[in-house]
Amino acid sequence: MPVKQLETRVRHLPDLAIIDLQGEIDSFAEHILDAAYSDAESKLPNTILLNFTKVDYINSTGIALIVSLLARARKSQRYLAVCGLSEHYIEIFRITRLADFMNIYPDEAKALVDVQKSTTRTQ
Amino acid sequence: MTTMLRKFWQNVIGQVEKEELATVSDMSVRLNREFDADFQFAPNDPLLVHFLNASGTVEVEKLNFDSPALKKLKEAGVRFVVPLISQGELIGLLNLGARLSEQDYSGDDQRLLNNLASQAAPALRVAQLVRQRHLEARERERLEQELRVARIIQETLLPKEVPIVTGWRTAAYWQPARAVGGDFYDFIDLPDGRLGLVIGDVTDKGVPAALVMATTRSVLRAAAERFPAPGQVLERSNNLLCVDIPRNMFVTCLYAILDPTSGRIHYANAGHNLPFWRRLSGVEELRATGMPLGLMPDLNYEENETHLAPGESLLLYSDGLVEAHNLQREMFSFNRLRKLVGIHPGGIRLIEFLLAELAEFTGEEWEQEDDVTFVTLERLTNSNHDDPSITIETRQIASEDRRILAEFQLPSEPGRERQAVEHVALAVTELQLPSARLEKLKTAVAEATMNAIEHGNHFKPELPVSIKVLASEAVLTVSITDKGGDQIIPEKDAPNLEAKLAGLQSSRGWGLFLIKNMVDEMRINTDQSHHTVELKLFLKGGQDASQTT
Repeated sequence: MPVKQLETRVRHLPDLAIIDLQGEIDSFAEHILDAAYSDAESKLPNTILLNFTKVDYINSTGIALIVSLLARARKSQRYLAVCGLSEHYIEIFRITRLADFMNIYPDEAKALVDVQKSTTRTQ
Repeated sequence: MTTMLRKFWQNVIGQVEKEELATVSDMSVRLNREFDADFQFAPNDPLLVHFLNASGTVEVEKLNFDSPALKKLKEAGVRFVVPLISQGELIGLLNLGARLSEQDYSGDDQRLLNNLASQAAPALRVAQLVRQRHLEARERERLEQELRVARIIQETLLPKEVPIVTGWRTAAYWQPARAVGGDFYDFIDLPDGRLGLVIGDVTDKGVPAALVMATTRSVLRAAAERFPAPGQVLERSNNLLCVDIPRNMFVTCLYAILDPTSGRIHYANAGHNLPFWRRLSGVEELRATGMPLGLMPDLNYEENETHLAPGESLLLYSDGLVEAHNLQREMFSFNRLRKLVGIHPGGIRLIEFLLAELAEFTGEEWEQEDDVTFVTLERLTNSNHDDPSITIETRQIASEDRRILAEFQLPSEPGRERQAVEHVALAVTELQLPSARLEKLKTAVAEATMNAIEHGNHFKPELPVSIKVLASEAVLTVSITDKGGDQIIPEKDAPNLEAKLAGLQSSRGWGLFLIKNMVDEMRINTDQSHHTVELKLFLKGGQDASQTT
């Protein structure tokens, strides 16, 4: 069974870093995800947005990895947000209560608008 | 012993004397007259003891004691008797009359006879045992045939079809533990369009219970035609049964009268399981007190009344379900039944659902312990009242209606859970699950398979994970089995996200939690060598059942 290795791309915007994810978030994704997050926070953004639009599988280990990222973000007082989750994974974020600790946006555009607004408010 | 010896006379004397002896030893012999092949030794005949202790051929003329058998042998002209002894038991005699040549038997003749006897005895014993088995098999076949007829007769005592009542639907199921049983149910047409419903359970099983069941049914029917109130019907039936019923037997029975127009149900109970009333607001029991029928005469039976609203239903049932045991000797229990009644919309499909649950609970090797009977009564809502597609259910609902949709194995390698998900998703295509339900099932299958690969089989590729997908009309079950039967899987508490974020707990540990939240029910069964997780989706009435997206 070939495993779809996670691929990431990090885009740096003012006060925001977007990590585009493609593939599967499971145990094989740990190092790749960690590296991408490190890259994303290297420019010290207020918010890091995980873009799940091209992710078709997250398992419990993947949930654990996201919890780890959230812990890292909170430790460095950053916001971690997500977008592009399917209805099913939104439900899982709700059940696991991840949704209580991070904003969930339907898509990147909505996320950008909201981040822009919050940046404006804090200035 | 008597029987065996009698068989000997029939099987050995008649044939050996006339055919084999003459041929084998070329010792033509004659008897004075035909020996009585039906002659039976008395158990205390001293000749028996003599033969048992004899070391070989016995010369009859030399015996001189009081014995009816000895007298018979002498009258028949028997000169020599060779006792045939197998494993210390006298199983036959080889009798020889005088030789036709009128010469005496020589010492060689006697040695030949002794040799013959030592070989004939075990052969004869085997032949006797074969014949005995054959007769026993014929007897068993005869009894089974009688039981088949009894079953047919008993089935004729049950309603051949459920009643058709405008605005209502009924269904029933009856499965005795043996060929015949003590459970019964009945529908009785009453004046003014009312309908009597009966469910009963005779103590004991099999033929004795079936005979009492037949009597009880007749008595109840007669009483129902004569008395208008359910309590009176049970009181009258009890008094009649007390006269005829064997000691230590009794009958639990619930009798209810439905007024289909108003929805009123008037009922009395003679110690039977309390029916479950599936209301729109939840599940309740219909309570009424009363002793079982047949225990003692002149008892009174409490009567109560309730009202079924459209969409509500009743379940009447016998002990066979709630007292069924699984491999761990746990009982199905009233609580489990009540819970299941609560999560199912009720009505006629409830029976299929409960049978599937029972099969799941007890496992495939279960030998039915007691008769299982259900009767459901459902009041239709206005929306389904006029639906022409609704048909009246017939009595017998298949108990083994689960189909295997897929069965496969995977090596215990990381990432194989994705393959399991694909296979299961393909297998359940025909069920047309709402997409949200399907996604949840896929996640649960993935997590359970991962656990099996990692924790059960420790990533050893040679150890397979076995997956089976089964479906009935009411339940979809995916069972995932690994080889980790000797391990105890702890029930984990719900993960504490705050603690994980604070670094007080590992960020992992979401697997079981996710599974439990993805399916309607999760069960874990463990034996010495296997560990099985069962994932269940209720296809009717479970969570998200209304989703169509």
